[in-house]
Amino acid sequence: MAELNTHYLLRHREVPDIDQIAVYEAHGGYQSLRRALRDFTPEAVLELVKASGLRGRGGAGFPTGMKWSFLPNDGRPRYLVVNSDEAEPGTFKDRELIEHNPHQLIEGMIISSYAIGSHDAYIYCRGEFLRGSEQLARAIREAYAHGYLGDNILDSGFSLHIHLYRGAGAYICGEESALLESLEGKRGQPRLKPPFPAVAGLYGMPTIVNNVETIANVPVLVEKGADWYRSMGTEKSPGIKIMSVSGHVRRPGNYEVPLATPLRTLIEEYAGGVWPGKLKAIIPGGSSVPLLTPDQIDTPLDYESMIAAGSMLGSGGCIVMNDETCMVWAAHRLVKFYRVESCGKCTPCREGTYWMTNILERLESGEGSQGDLEVLLDVADNIGGKCLCPLGDASLGFMVSAIRHFRDEFEAHVREHGCPLGAKRYDPINH
Amino acid sequence: MKPHWRQWVEEIRQQFPQGNSALLPLLHRIQAEEGWLSPETLADVATLLNLPVTTVESVASFYSLFYKRPVGERVVHVCVGLSCALKGADALMHRLEEHLGIRQGQTTPDGKYSLMEAECLAACDLAPVAQVNLRYMGPVPPEEYQRLLGEGEK
Repeated sequence: MAELNTHYLLRHREVPDIDQIAVYEAHGGYQSLRRALRDFTPEAVLELVKASGLRGRGGAGFPTGMKWSFLPNDGRPRYLVVNSDEAEPGTFKDRELIEHNPHQLIEGMIISSYAIGSHDAYIYCRGEFLRGSEQLARAIREAYAHGYLGDNILDSGFSLHIHLYRGAGAYICGEESALLESLEGKRGQPRLKPPFPAVAGLYGMPTIVNNVETIANVPVLVEKGADWYRSMGTEKSPGIKIMSVSGHVRRPGNYEVPLATPLRTLIEEYAGGVWPGKLKAIIPGGSSVPLLTPDQIDTPLDYESMIAAGSMLGSGGCIVMNDETCMVWAAHRLVKFYRVESCGKCTPCREGTYWMTNILERLESGEGSQGDLEVLLDVADNIGGKCLCPLGDASLGFMVSAIRHFRDEFEAHVREHGCPLGAKRYDPINH
Repeated sequence: MKPHWRQWVEEIRQQFPQGNSALLPLLHRIQAEEGWLSPETLADVATLLNLPVTTVESVASFYSLFYKRPVGERVVHVCVGLSCALKGADALMHRLEEHLGIRQGQTTPDGKYSLMEAECLAACDLAPVAQVNLRYMGPVPPEEYQRLLGEGEK
């Protein structure tokens, strides 16, 4: 069992300067790559990842080994694409990984590419991550200079080139098909699926898109094995996860925890507890997921328990809100995010997020009317499941759950012609 | 069009020979030099990559970090995501707007500062956080807004 402050992903917490290749190597870095190329066939690496039960850490939680096994055996070139377009409100784990421990990602990419038979791998790095992309660029140069990238890596006969690509400011590019469009030099708008990227992805070729944290797990799996990984978490949610905690807590930050750690432990022990005030609501897995109420704080942080509690583990972005936080204000803030970031391709999302934002703004500023709640829920009903990608659905998670759990508070905004909590809302358009 | 842009195209195409993948890297590189992407620049890029001008304009207009208007020497992005808002991001934005005499999305007449809203900068542990020319600064409590303006720095 991993203990508090034991790190396999956030290793820079214990090892300063691990972003430098010499330090990374001195602490066992690239040994997993050597071992994989020497002792494992590509199929054996795939079996290891499958056996570990590792699931995608970007939000969807899809089993990584299963995803890899969807690649068709048809002789076409295959690509690994790492999704470093982290922008889900409340989530900041990938930024820390690429800024402070970039070699672990690169080592994971080489091993993963070996497993799936890819000779060109890409990192799609969020445009705002200037420092992160500089760190990655430098780490890639170092890896080439040390013979871990390029042709015939460590005399194994395996060759890989990594290409670093910067986004330019668009949350939607975290959606894998939009990411591929952007990587092809287009507007980052999602594609109709199927075909899924594993069949027709980058440049029409079979492509695996994995999150930064997912791939950073791979060297650890090779070193420690699937049984070790499965000794943590649950049967369906094994291993470790980085949880990003922010909002009203004493110590906001990233915390690496065994899956199935109680949410209470994360908030009270790791993050130092709710501060200031008392707990009102928790978004456990990034802005797209429904909220949890204080009576649910003992829910274990694993994929199944979170779904059973009515929410999702998602990206692990845990936003804590205290009893002075207005739920209408918070819903407005989150829905507005999706309005701004909607790519505009699908009408329900483009128009729906616009109107939901307007109605929530009206409620918060005391101009709401009877019936607004029903209109909100009706609009939500017309977005859910009716778009090409999950962004529209994501805009509903918090709002719909907030109306369900805090309906009185929403109605009070209408009845009292304003926010009973006296929240001050910043509005750049009307202030 | 500057002569070395052709050289840049060659370099970028070595990394990204397929599709239109050279487009975003080229726009990034030119904007880093020019400060923004004027209509003339976008037309030059279209020529360099042998793409329709409308394609280049369409792509450039999709991404918030490609500036289609001139921006200030210091571009200040204030994160207004929920986690930062819980920690006073709105008050921080107000202070900056009052001090600079502009609203978010605008540039001061002297061309020194641009002030922009950012939607979650993925640095909620540093809330309220901001970026100055894409470099993180945080936490920046509202009363310390002047740190973002670099006033007094020489």
